[in-house]
Amino acid sequence: MTFIHRHRWLAPLLLLAPGLAWLAVFFVVPLGFLAYQSLQSGTFEQGYTFTWEFSNYRDAITGYDEQLVRSFLYAGIATVATLLISYPLVYWIAFHGGRWKNLLLLFIVAPFFVTYLIRTLAWQNILADQGPVVGFLRDIHVLSADGRLLATTVAVVSGITYNFLPFMALPLYVSLEQIDARLLEAAQDLYASKTKAFLRVTLPLSAPGIVAGTLLTFIPAAGDFINAQLLGTPNQYMIGNVIQSKFLELIDYPAAAALSFVLMGLIMISLLVYARAVGTEKLTG
Amino acid sequence: MNHALTRAELLRRAALGGVVISVPGLLAACGGDDDGGGGGAGTTTAELADTLRFSNWQLYIDRDPNDKTKSPSLEQFTAQTGVKVNYVEDVNDNATYFGKIQGPLSQGRGIDRDIIVMTDNSRFPALLISREWVEPLDKGRIPNIANLIEAQQSPPFDPDRTYSIPWVSGITGIATNLQASGGEVVTTMQQLLEDTKLKGKVTLLTEVADTMTPIMLENGDDPSKVTDDSWKRAYDRVKKAVDAGQIRRFTGNDYVADLERGNIAAAVSWSGDVATGLAANKDLRWNLPEKGSDIWTDNMFIPLEGSVPTASEYMNFVLDPKIAAMLAVGIGYISPVKGVKDEAVKLDPESANNPLIFPDDDILSNVHQFDSDALNNETYTQQWQTLLGA
Repeated sequence: MTFIHRHRWLAPLLLLAPGLAWLAVFFVVPLGFLAYQSLQSGTFEQGYTFTWEFSNYRDAITGYDEQLVRSFLYAGIATVATLLISYPLVYWIAFHGGRWKNLLLLFIVAPFFVTYLIRTLAWQNILADQGPVVGFLRDIHVLSADGRLLATTVAVVSGITYNFLPFMALPLYVSLEQIDARLLEAAQDLYASKTKAFLRVTLPLSAPGIVAGTLLTFIPAAGDFINAQLLGTPNQYMIGNVIQSKFLELIDYPAAAALSFVLMGLIMISLLVYARAVGTEKLTG
Repeated sequence: MNHALTRAELLRRAALGGVVISVPGLLAACGGDDDGGGGGAGTTTAELADTLRFSNWQLYIDRDPNDKTKSPSLEQFTAQTGVKVNYVEDVNDNATYFGKIQGPLSQGRGIDRDIIVMTDNSRFPALLISREWVEPLDKGRIPNIANLIEAQQSPPFDPDRTYSIPWVSGITGIATNLQASGGEVVTTMQQLLEDTKLKGKVTLLTEVADTMTPIMLENGDDPSKVTDDSWKRAYDRVKKAVDAGQIRRFTGNDYVADLERGNIAAAVSWSGDVATGLAANKDLRWNLPEKGSDIWTDNMFIPLEGSVPTASEYMNFVLDPKIAAMLAVGIGYISPVKGVKDEAVKLDPESANNPLIFPDDDILSNVHQFDSDALNNETYTQQWQTLLGA
């Protein structure tokens, strides 16, 4: 008998080991270090020392409540927008895409072959004040003669929506594509209207995809700073902008670390609320 | 059903995730190969590196009018020394660039650069030196240091020029895109901050000295001796403009793209950018604010692990009045080198009369240096950063 056969209880641990080691090295240890930093005081010039400086957290919340609220608001709107845009899109691909399915999916992923930054910079050109989109919207009087899109909330939220769309579309596609078409036939055989069959069969079966997509979109979107920086003004800056400028420009590590924890905590809370609302079994699929 | 979904879904998602995750990884793997330092094989002088790795700001090197990818002065340096130049325009503003490089430097590692350029009206030149993150120059290779004008021989942050050689000086002013401003030329900070016709079409610079000096002068305060009161008066005006949505963005050198496209009507702007770099755009104007503004000097440093001989050789090269004139005329900024005007007349008589490149007393009496103590004031820095990020 081999070692493993004699110690069966070890098998799951061994299988988990790479994942646990990964988490420990790349998540738990840095997180601990970040927590340590978040309780330091001092300045970049004089150096930082650990002093249990809990006021960093208070300052983070009171000083930047505006950006925190904005981050969750923008991420929330963008998440709903990606859901509304991608659901019909991937629904059509999953049920009517036929042999083009993979190609169509590739079209969704293709923009991702270009880096995030370049994609967002491209929107600066598309939405430019003298550009074609703004020109058209002015002509049809959606925008006033000196109205603009770039450097507005609309531009920032649209940018986030665009950049995170695949994170919603792909899990949604996976769950829709799995649905057995015979279930829909059965529903119609049992005199369900198309709408009713959708609401009672398709939608519930795609719920794990919706939940997964929502999380994959909302969480990174709430911490995003590129869209606000490139497509917005200081009045659209999100908490990610504050954290990145504290970390990289002001080199104020304690404040940046405390803000990161506040953001993480708020995301956790919203996740728990969400889990409670939709039911945990949907979160795990 | 749910369980069957889970496995398949997990696997597929893992596969899709793999694609998404590996793409930036690949790009990073392809892009990181721009270092060319080290090793002296094939150069004329054994100690010099093959390549000079040079980080500078946009619109800051002379360009061949027929081929904008070429720089006559850099080509001449290569011809004279055999050292190729990897010239990278990756400094957008002082704070962001410093943030980028301070990580490796604080661990005693180099940043794959032999020369970097930072401004004396930021707190970073002094910091680089006090932290010993820059290498002392090889003065034996820089006999041309004798050509420095008197005003540039002994700056407060580096009194003996042990670590730095000035690149050029410049003046901060207001650039207007006439097409976007409706034909109005912006000449005061008051217009910039308060004129509702410009709402949302104005950018300010992230550099505190560049934005605050002209405002303080307009307030009747002295920017070279900042007090809490004068700071607050200027700060409140900027804050009010930000809150009102007047200010589109705080920028580094990246204001240039928005200004050229007409996304912004007016910008706090550096003198040479519009004078030469953007001269082709007939809608652009540059003015010194009516009540005056600030003057600053950019300085070359050798970061840790940079090639001191190669960088020093280059610094000596640009301190030659002929080369300095090529640069001054080519980029529209003020040279720190003696005798440049005579050389500039030979190159381009018109530029030699440009008061922004060779400032006259009228201009010099109207520009000031920002208080260096205020740059290091923690409260001001915090407030300023909050303004930029809020």
